Parts: sequence; structure tokens; C-alpha cells
Amino acid sequence: MKLNEFILKDAIVPELRATDRDGVIRELVESLAAAGALPPPAVDEVVAALIKRETNGSTGFGKGVAVPHVKHAKVKQMAGTIGRSTTGVDFAALDHQPVYSVVLLLSPENQPQQHLQAMNAVFNNLQQDTFRRFLRQSDSREKIAELLDEADQGK
Amino acid sequence: MPTASRDIVVSNTLGLHARPAMQFVDLANQFESRVTVFKGGEEPAEADGKSVMQMIILAATEGTPLRIEAEGPDAETAVEKLAGLFESKFGEE
Repeated sequence: MKLNEFILKDAIVPELRATDRDGVIRELVESLAAAGALPPPAVDEVVAALIKRETNGSTGFGKGVAVPHVKHAKVKQMAGTIGRSTTGVDFAALDHQPVYSVVLLLSPENQPQQHLQAMNAVFNNLQQDTFRRFLRQSDSREKIAELLDEADQGK
Repeated sequence: MPTASRDIVVSNTLGLHARPAMQFVDLANQFESRVTVFKGGEEPAEADGKSVMQMIILAATEGTPLRIEAEGPDAETAVEKLAGLFESKFGEE
């Protein structure tokens, strides 16, 4: 699966305003709702589900990235976005380091295979040092979108 | 160095998503042995059983055959306990 199949470029947040985990999650979900991925009234519910999921086990898998995600009934089609923090956010990451890049993924409830494929695409890229470095340096929505295009083309 | 391996099939409906992947890695890290997970089927792949990212990248869906291999002094116990996680479906359906 390609990143562009589920990352909504319009929802990318190149400079997160929030500086704490829950605030970042809310900011990204609101951005997804504004881009049409989620009905605005469902935002609170989805944010709560993401925070609960994150509290049960951090998705900060190390190296400055976190991938909060949830399967939710209000989500009709898989959608993701990316947020970039310049200050770093405490995600209770496995390596105890701050998180600078957040990939947030919302999946419908009944498509576990599609969800795994999307996570595969996300981590295939996040595992690469160059991708993580470029993502951290990309200070505009356009630059991040360009990075995703290049990643999908296997550059 | 002792080695051991076990073939299993992913049997929980949601597959090897983040939570079970972390559960697996947490347990794998309790052993001294090196743990590698091989994915069979149409898109073969392998992952370091002590890396959450690599385990998630396997994208092992329900029904995917996996081989758990361990190499080290506690290899036998490691594969037995790790295979047990799949047998218990990670506490899922």
C-alpha cells in the first residue's frame, strides 16, 4: 500500500501548536475532520479512543516517531495524517525520547487487513533514517507531501 | 549455540497489529536468545523479534504462517513461550 492511499495531504500539520500528547492527538484529529475524513461531531469520541489506546500502550516506538491509531465505528474510510513538532512531545516513548513526527491513523472497524497494510507502509518508511530525517526537516505541508510522493515512488 | 524454532499460524482476527507486536517484543526481550520471525505465504519477510517496528512491518494477517526462531542459551524456552502468545491469540478473539 502507498502512503498517498490513506494520508490526506490537506490534513498534514507542518507545525503543531500543541506541545503535549493529548493536545497533539486532538489537533491532528481536528485536522482530519476539517479535511473531511471524519464528521466533526465524532472528533471528541475519536480523540478519547486514541488517548485511551495510547495510555494502554504507547505508540512511541522510538527514534522520535509516534503512530497513534485506532479502529473506530465512526470512521468510514481509512485516513491518516502527519504532524510535525519542533519542540518535541512526550509520548512516553519506548526509548524515553521526545517525539518530533506523529503519524496518526484512523481505520474503520472491520478491515483489519487494510489496517495492517497501512501500518506496514508507515513503518517501512519510518524505519529508514533518511525518511525520518527529511520528515523532521520538512517545514511546510508541500514539503511533507513531496516527501510522501518520493517515498511512494521508492526514491 | 542452541537454536530452536516453531511454526505457528496467526489466529486472532485482527492479526499481528501494534498491541500484540509489542506484547511479543516485550516477552522476546526477556530472553537472552536472538529471536527472528519469518513470514511465509505470498510475501515472505523476516523481522527481528525484539523490534516492534519490524514486527509491525510483517503485516501478518489472520491465517499467515510464521516461523519463530531463537538462537541462544534459552532458545527452547523462548520459542515455547513466544509461540504460546499466538496460541492464546494475545488475549483477543
